[in-house]
Amino acid sequence: MSILAAPQAIAEAAESAPPTRMPAAAPRAGRSRAARVRYALVVLAFLLPSAIPLALFVIGPMIAAVWISLHDWNLIAPMRFVGLDNFASLLADPATGDVFLHTVGYIIGYLPLVYVGGLLLALALNQALKGRSLWRGIYFLPVVTSWIVVALVWRWLLNPSTGIVNTALAGLGIDGPGWWTDPAWAMPSIVLASAWKDVGFVMVILLAGLQAINPDLYDAARVDGAGPWRRLWSITLPMLSPSTFFVVVISLINGFQVFDQVYAMTGGGPGGASQVVVQQIYDLTFRYGAAGEAAALSWMLFAVILAVTVVQIIGQKRWVHYV
Amino acid sequence: MNRTVPVVAGLAGAALLLAGCAASPAEGDASAEEVTITYSNFISNGGNEENLEAIVAAFEDENPGITVEVTTLPYADYGTALQTDLAAGSVADVFDIEYANYAAYQANGVLAPLEVSNPDAYRPSLLEAYSTDGTSYALPSSFSTVVMFYNADLFDAAGLEYPTADWTWEDERAAAEAITDEAAGVWGSHQPVSFYEYYKVLEQNGESFLTDDGTAVAFNTPGGIEAAEWLVGKSGTVMPTIEQGQGTPDFDTNLFLEGKLGMLHTGIWMFGAFADAPFAWDIAVEPGNTEQASAVFSNAVGVSASSEHIEAATKWAEFLTSSQVMVDTRLDAGWELPPVADEAALATYLEKDAPANRQAVFDSLDGVALPPVVANGQTEMQDIIGEELVEAQAGRKSVEEALASAEERINAVLAG
Repeated sequence: MSILAAPQAIAEAAESAPPTRMPAAAPRAGRSRAARVRYALVVLAFLLPSAIPLALFVIGPMIAAVWISLHDWNLIAPMRFVGLDNFASLLADPATGDVFLHTVGYIIGYLPLVYVGGLLLALALNQALKGRSLWRGIYFLPVVTSWIVVALVWRWLLNPSTGIVNTALAGLGIDGPGWWTDPAWAMPSIVLASAWKDVGFVMVILLAGLQAINPDLYDAARVDGAGPWRRLWSITLPMLSPSTFFVVVISLINGFQVFDQVYAMTGGGPGGASQVVVQQIYDLTFRYGAAGEAAALSWMLFAVILAVTVVQIIGQKRWVHYV
Repeated sequence: MNRTVPVVAGLAGAALLLAGCAASPAEGDASAEEVTITYSNFISNGGNEENLEAIVAAFEDENPGITVEVTTLPYADYGTALQTDLAAGSVADVFDIEYANYAAYQANGVLAPLEVSNPDAYRPSLLEAYSTDGTSYALPSSFSTVVMFYNADLFDAAGLEYPTADWTWEDERAAAEAITDEAAGVWGSHQPVSFYEYYKVLEQNGESFLTDDGTAVAFNTPGGIEAAEWLVGKSGTVMPTIEQGQGTPDFDTNLFLEGKLGMLHTGIWMFGAFADAPFAWDIAVEPGNTEQASAVFSNAVGVSASSEHIEAATKWAEFLTSSQVMVDTRLDAGWELPPVADEAALATYLEKDAPANRQAVFDSLDGVALPPVVANGQTEMQDIIGEELVEAQAGRKSVEEALASAEERINAVLAG
């Protein structure tokens, strides 16, 4: 919910919401003690439904992961305290660098593809097109489809010998690649499927951003003789920058946590060529009996995501324009 | 996705409350005769669920007061679920294990030592496999062997003699080459490129996977390289390549069922699936090179060391693995072989048809290759050799390079 609400909030902010929309129930100093307690209880009651699951299933496990990361634990035998050994052995293991490199490689392929694709779709579907809602629905459909289903379909499409993609390429006289059976093509296969699945999400966010742009700006630009490219470059993209910022932040966080599609399409193979950080966390825990190292690796991933996100939030001042 | 979390939590909470309500009056009865034990399994998944139910029903009839609650999981998810349950302390009273994982579970203390009331009922080698220092920590529930299935129609069409127990790799290679017709999509022989095949072909070539003390690998030898070449060399000559689909789930068995595969190395658990094949087929003991060695797999059940009902759980474990009901049910259904000592009990198995040469199943026991087992790093060891062999199969490494790399990586894992 919060993901979809944010652009809405941006759009509303652009309209410069009148102050009457603010909640009127803020407690004033003159109120009685009983009224303040009552107010606090009401707020608490509204918070609890999300606060309890958050504490139980997010905050709690995160703290537990710190504890586990300091131990040698194979899930079966009792835990043994090892201090920071897990972090040390991860840093010494070349596989750790590999999985981060593969993950960054995924993001480098995925982010431009999904952003440009989403932008083109949003621009097209922002026009007065017949059946516009239907098209929006169709492009959004993959977003809500299970990754397992999507991954199996893409595996089939990209089957090196019998898949539609290579059959079509052969028709054009091109010898298609081995896709997920070839170490060089395994990650591009995953990027392709991921961009296809997520492009509808980016489209929806950018569409909301586009609709919040005041049409008067375009009229004024036209009067001044600006062509379509000029209007795109000087009005649409700058006015869209808050939505773009949101998309980039969310996509980067999701990109670092890429797992489902890797697990279902290649399992990290062939020969570890598409092994990503979260797949490594899974393998360490459930296959190799190294839950301590896995917990340590998940905190390393958290640190990386936090650092990248902080850099973006600081950097946004240079290019994000809020009206 | 996130929406389901509070719902599940709510349901779990409600279930706990209900369980609490239901349990308290029972405790008050004080007779303590009513016992419910839980059994988590993969062995009945995929077609034998009703057969397991029949065994459970017979057990409950014979043991009033004990109820068995069965949870069945697919084999692919079972290991993860079991580890999670062990970590969370919610493991079933009785649960399935495989031979390859027995050592690790035993060493980690999750298996209760068992007082077996009738140890003579079991095939001694199988009972032995799940004993440590003379004590049973699990009971064998079944065994199966890997044999060579062959499509007799394809052999006839190529004018070839059917495989026999004294075939060698060379005979298999010659027949496979004669049958392979790439243009028609017909292939000679299929054998997976994996850990489970490699340790076996090593033994068929007089080599072994691990050193005698089990602290390092022993396969990087001329004989080990020859064995690996035999395995990966099939791909692209008499067996499809990875790009043609080899290695994907059910690819080999489907190819066989379509009548497009001359020989297939797989387990006797496939008898049922091949029963209605529209061509004549039979089985033979797998060919060796310098010696005969067949893979034997066995499953077992363990009793949780943390179980509150170890006595009742042991009773069920024994019934499931040695009762006459189990023997009859398994033989009737063609579900893997019962682990019993009494050869006469297996007579009905030999009388059945499809395949005709069921004697090969027992002949394959004359030379057995058991999986190499280590207490720590079993899965990693299996993954590494599988990965390196596939690198060689795909032609990205030479067999020598792949084995040298596997040796270095596995030895590092075994050294801890």
